[in-house]
Amino acid sequence: MERILDVQHLKVNFATFAGQVQAIRDVSFHLNKGETLAIVGESGSGKSVTVRSIMGLLANNAHIDDGIINFKNQDILKMTPHEIENLRGNDISMIFQDPMTSLDPTMPIGKQVAEPLLIHGKATKKAALKRAEEVLELVGITNAKNRLKDYPHQFSGGQRQRIVIAMAIVNDPEILIADEPTTALDVTIQAQIIDLMKELQHKIDTSIIFITHDLGVVAGIADRVAVMYAGKIVEFGTVDEIFYDPRHPYTWGLLNSMPTLKTDAERLYAIPGTPPNLLNPPIGDAFAPRNPYAMAVDYEAMPPFFKVTATHYAATWLLHPDAPKVTPPTAIQQRKAEYRALLAEQQDQHNTTIDEKIGDDLDD
Amino acid sequence: MGKYILKRIGYMILTLFIIATATFFLMKLMPGSPYANQAKMTTEQIKIMDQQYGLNKPIVQQYWIYMIGLLHGDFGTSFQFNNQPVSYLIASRIGPSMQIGLQAIILGTGLGILLGAIAAIRKNTWVDTVATFFAIIGRSIPNFVFAVILQFFLAFKLGLFPIALWDGFSSSILPTIALAMAPLATTARFMRTEMVDVLNSDYIELARAKGNSPWQTVAKHALRNSLIPVVTIIGPMAVDLMVGSMVVENIFSIPGIGEQFVKSITTNDYPTIMGLTILYSTMLVVVILIVDILYGLIDPRIRLSGSEAQN
Amino acid sequence: MTDHSGKIQIKPASFKPVAAANVDEQEKISAPSLTFVQDALRRLRKNRAATVSLWLLLIIIMISVVSIWWTPSNPNAQNVAYANLPPKIGQGIPGFSGQANVGGRIVDKYAQAKVPKGTYFILGTDYLGRDLFSRLMKGVALSLLIGMLATLFDLVIGVPYGLISGWHGGRTDTIMQRIIEIISSIPNLVIVILMLLLFTPGLGSIVMAMGLTGWITMARLVRAETLTLKSQEYVLAARTLGESPIKIAIKHLIPNLSSTIIIQTMFSIPTAIFFEAFLSFIGIGIPAPNASLGTLLADGQKTFRFLPYQMWYPAAVISIIMIAFNLLADGLRDAFDPKTQE
Repeated sequence: MERILDVQHLKVNFATFAGQVQAIRDVSFHLNKGETLAIVGESGSGKSVTVRSIMGLLANNAHIDDGIINFKNQDILKMTPHEIENLRGNDISMIFQDPMTSLDPTMPIGKQVAEPLLIHGKATKKAALKRAEEVLELVGITNAKNRLKDYPHQFSGGQRQRIVIAMAIVNDPEILIADEPTTALDVTIQAQIIDLMKELQHKIDTSIIFITHDLGVVAGIADRVAVMYAGKIVEFGTVDEIFYDPRHPYTWGLLNSMPTLKTDAERLYAIPGTPPNLLNPPIGDAFAPRNPYAMAVDYEAMPPFFKVTATHYAATWLLHPDAPKVTPPTAIQQRKAEYRALLAEQQDQHNTTIDEKIGDDLDD
Repeated sequence: MGKYILKRIGYMILTLFIIATATFFLMKLMPGSPYANQAKMTTEQIKIMDQQYGLNKPIVQQYWIYMIGLLHGDFGTSFQFNNQPVSYLIASRIGPSMQIGLQAIILGTGLGILLGAIAAIRKNTWVDTVATFFAIIGRSIPNFVFAVILQFFLAFKLGLFPIALWDGFSSSILPTIALAMAPLATTARFMRTEMVDVLNSDYIELARAKGNSPWQTVAKHALRNSLIPVVTIIGPMAVDLMVGSMVVENIFSIPGIGEQFVKSITTNDYPTIMGLTILYSTMLVVVILIVDILYGLIDPRIRLSGSEAQN
Repeated sequence: MTDHSGKIQIKPASFKPVAAANVDEQEKISAPSLTFVQDALRRLRKNRAATVSLWLLLIIIMISVVSIWWTPSNPNAQNVAYANLPPKIGQGIPGFSGQANVGGRIVDKYAQAKVPKGTYFILGTDYLGRDLFSRLMKGVALSLLIGMLATLFDLVIGVPYGLISGWHGGRTDTIMQRIIEIISSIPNLVIVILMLLLFTPGLGSIVMAMGLTGWITMARLVRAETLTLKSQEYVLAARTLGESPIKIAIKHLIPNLSSTIIIQTMFSIPTAIFFEAFLSFIGIGIPAPNASLGTLLADGQKTFRFLPYQMWYPAAVISIIMIAFNLLADGLRDAFDPKTQE
């Protein structure tokens, strides 16, 4: 498969009054053409910083210490500001978190949607507005033709997010980065936006990086998942592997804290403790203090990635041959059992693809 | 919007009516003689003068006559200055005041916007520090001190401009600069705050994400969004300008209404004081009304919810 | 994404499970907590411009307090023989040697005026032979007095007005706001001037005028803040529990309004000082022979071609006072409202 984006050993520091905050500590991942990669993690894990590095939109006090970000075999980090500007909104575009604040309140939406076309010289003013209208229809703004001259405050939150999405796809980007596109929305609207994203996956030919802290959202939309914790990727694999055969205790915790229909306990599970201070990141596994399965080695050395399958890796010492066998939480074991049953079922029914099956299950 | 403007104009007229009434009765309470050489006048002469100016009529009638006159733009007759009608005094003197006032507001807001925007874009750099320093100086040092300093160095020491003389554009430069300092500082400070806010907003990041260069982002998105609120401070600045014009016109001997006002005060010329008070107040409420309407016109959020503003 | 697992050698002993660290331990906040005011003062101390201004103002205030009982000479005593003497602190100090350049010749003015040895006027004398330093001391004291009175009006009229208007709402609020609107649509200079005409020019009329207009900004700010506070849950709770409005005002509103009030007060002081100086400058403020920064500057301006020192010192002093108050006010605002900094 063609790798459209390849991030290697990315390290990003933030200069603050207290010192250097190591927001991204050696992150590597890639994005295949046409796939959707979900990056999952709690607030402050470095998801947004990672994608902002790709966009070249880091805050002024951020500094990329090391790494390569290859987009179609060209290192973005070595590009001039002008070259990155040519990329932004053209080859790589981004959907922001809060639609209420991400539209210019004093510019008609038609103009805002058409703007990327004009910046990159893709169309005349008239053609750009025509295209803006088409894209707005595509993302579900009804009667788009008559609404081009309307201002953002005349739209609801869900509609505004549709407009933001329209802006992002108007130039047919190679990569679409969605930075928690549903977090700021009401639950019912969230579902609509996710449905729209899924629909767009089929309608337009673009690779998507989907950032979220909500694993529930990931299941239906992603092909592969990378789990981030404290500025590092701790586990990555296909969506099935992460959901049904997770290996990192942090992923276990995340999955456990996700409510499902089967959640019967009086209270939802929460991972105890708080993420480490990245001013002085721990030398070992950053998750160790919150990890009930922690071993002495977790405090001594950073775990490397251990291979689970060709597509599934996890950075936990538990996968080391010398590590004692641990039993994951019951809920995780149940997931594994479900997965095995699913695999078996899949072998029976050749015409059903496993992705859809699992997707349907989780949508319930 | 139309209904809203009508309502505002209604309030404006009410306010002006109250001001005119208050001024009239205050003037009637004033001690001191209205006639410059009253000491030398006999009771008989004063009586004749009173009759001539209508001062012998009952106060309510005087009030009525005055108010009716106001509606026709008649502010009465000056007791001093060769018995000219006040309206004529104003008409002959408003030109220089307007010229300096407008020049000062254009210079002040223009430079202020530029300075504030640059300071915000280059936030926390030496450019910002220098701009902030100038804003503090401009806000702190009284305009009459500025005027005197300018007069001393640029006019007296260097002889670049006339010291105190009203003769065309070159003589308007120093008073304009002295008057412009306060609006410049106010605008720069306000603009910087607004622009810093706007530059931190999500839609600016989105504009960058679309591929706008930093300069394009400022020109297309940041500038307009930070300029809209700046319109609101034009009203208060107009007040400062009116006050400032009195002293600056005095220092530079400019035959404007500010200088006239100070002169009228020192000579107890009540009709002129009343006329100018009403004139100043009118200009002020009109400026504020225009600013409000302008704000509604340029900010789409208000423009379209204009119907709500009526309630 | 390469698999490094093979290369790393770790002692098998390291793979012993350890108890997870105590969660409470992790969630402890290590930095000592500061109250809001402590935090604000800490930020204020960090602001060098504001700190310097504060010290400068304290010194100026002290000098002014001294001037109530003592000045080098009687500030209003005229001695025409000593008129227009240049500043003198000692022999040979440039600018303060008592010498003047008359027609290209350096002349010792003090010797010409037959000033006894040892008598110095450190900022010189004016056209009536009055000691300018003493007059400047009195002028500054007057300015500070005006500033204090402005504060008083802010607190005694502005704060209660805003509180009542905001708290009562409805008709009361509408009427009170209409009054403010009318007062503020007359340029306050005009109000002051009307006051000056109605009463005799002098401190009394200026104070009266300030009492009419000076508190308006404060009242507006307090009202707006009160409106926001009124709808806060803890105030609603107090109201529901039946606490009296006065108690709520004292217990909940005033503490939350305090930063707004302090900051606005600091801004009204320089405004008031400016006003007095302005009025005195155009000749309708403090009447002769009393000194005010405005009258000193106006006198200096008349003769600046020949005796520039008479203008420079009052101009410098008023500028320093105004800058210091504004910097301190800015510092306080940044300290109490940290979000304005970022």
